[in-house]
Amino acid sequence: MKKLSVSNLLGIKYLNQQDIQLIFETADHFKEVINRPIKKVPSLRDITVANLFFENSTRTKLSFELAEKRLSADIINFSAAQSSVKKGETLIDTVNNILAMKVDIVVMRHPNVGAGVFLSKHVDAKIINAGDGAHEHPTQALLDSYSIREKLGTVKGKKVVIIGDVLHSRVALSNIYALQLQGAEVMVCGPTTLIPKYIPSLGVKVENNLKKALHWCDVANVLRVQHERMDVKYFPSIREYIQLFGINSELLNAIGKEIVIMHPGPINRGVEITSEVADSNDSIILNQVENGVAIRMAVIYLLAQQIKK
Amino acid sequence: MSPKILLSDKEIHVILHRLACQLIENHDDFKETVLIGLQPRGVYFASRLLQILQKEYLKKDLKYGKLDITFYRDDFRRRNEPLEANETAIDFIIENKKVVLIDDVLYSGRSIRAALTALQAFGRPKAIELMVLIDRRFSRDLPIQPNYKGRQVDVINHEKVQVKWLEKDKEDAVYLVKNNLK
Repeated sequence: MKKLSVSNLLGIKYLNQQDIQLIFETADHFKEVINRPIKKVPSLRDITVANLFFENSTRTKLSFELAEKRLSADIINFSAAQSSVKKGETLIDTVNNILAMKVDIVVMRHPNVGAGVFLSKHVDAKIINAGDGAHEHPTQALLDSYSIREKLGTVKGKKVVIIGDVLHSRVALSNIYALQLQGAEVMVCGPTTLIPKYIPSLGVKVENNLKKALHWCDVANVLRVQHERMDVKYFPSIREYIQLFGINSELLNAIGKEIVIMHPGPINRGVEITSEVADSNDSIILNQVENGVAIRMAVIYLLAQQIKK
Repeated sequence: MSPKILLSDKEIHVILHRLACQLIENHDDFKETVLIGLQPRGVYFASRLLQILQKEYLKKDLKYGKLDITFYRDDFRRRNEPLEANETAIDFIIENKKVVLIDDVLYSGRSIRAALTALQAFGRPKAIELMVLIDRRFSRDLPIQPNYKGRQVDVINHEKVQVKWLEKDKEDAVYLVKNNLK
């Protein structure tokens, strides 16, 4: 019988190929479930999940919440904006207080890199990392690969380019790990200022020319330009960014081959990608959102399975 | 002890035909009836019945689905081995239909309890019936009884009933084996 090799989902870095395979197979079943007239199973009815969001999120939080509800778990939500964190409470204190209310699984987003790993060493609950700083966002990478697998049949051997603001992205690193584990080739493309220095050491190609990158790839995963994280200027102007790294239909038509377009959301329409492309048939952006629920159900279900009565 | 044979391939053949006829007796042209095989092992039994109904009794338009009950089981987190899910394939609504649940062995009744819950996700059926190949009548934990049964057997708890199908196990047979784990 198959089970996950890990007891928390802290990052893709800690997973192996069989884990990803198991998560995908389980997600296939849940995808069928969420397309039924009644989209709910009772598996986790005696499990309580705490969603701790120390940083803003809309779709990830909704997606996790929906996944937990579809599994019949009990949920408590917490966001740092309305909490004692503002009063100076430490992370461990906050979480231990929540766990004292008998919580089994913690889903956490935190602005600091490694917050999930830190927490897993100090508290006795299953931890799912929903994004830690610009480090990892494992469920996003899983749903991205799952969506590629759904669209193209397999991830193995496919060429995927991650375009744009890699520096501030937690999606990029998790995607690189996940894609490489499954035998895909990965390239990043963007202005040099937005590409971290360590990228080539991961065995990832770096390209500054968008046209060349698009000619090479089967899949383009377009990242959001994270203006809110840019304390200094990384490129001269948004207009210049759009001209050099914005995806539009003229560009794609000139390339003349089918490229699967992905975006983890939220989209800056007209900046990294035009509306025309985002809403086109080549775009699987909304499939990503749907698959996100199935993937998160699978991850929560597989981890909950390890919690003994 | 070598496994004792409970049903031979000839007996299974006769039983399958008898059960098919019983279904026809109660459901006639199957217009308002759907057949649901339970994953993983009930679907072999169900697809055999389906073949007989279609080929030998010329019943067309049979609605048939496979139901996986993994996410509805009551022993989640209570076993050492993880549960592995199987495919559910029900591409119709069972609202107001008569449902015949089909499984190979009826033992504690817990799988059927889970299946009854799972079926709710596909609508409110008019009625649900249960057909099993083997009914272990003294092992029930829940008040669940079959409407149609191939053979009733009296088996003590540390023995196991093994149903083998040609498609999967290269023979049609039902065995009684000693469970070595206990």
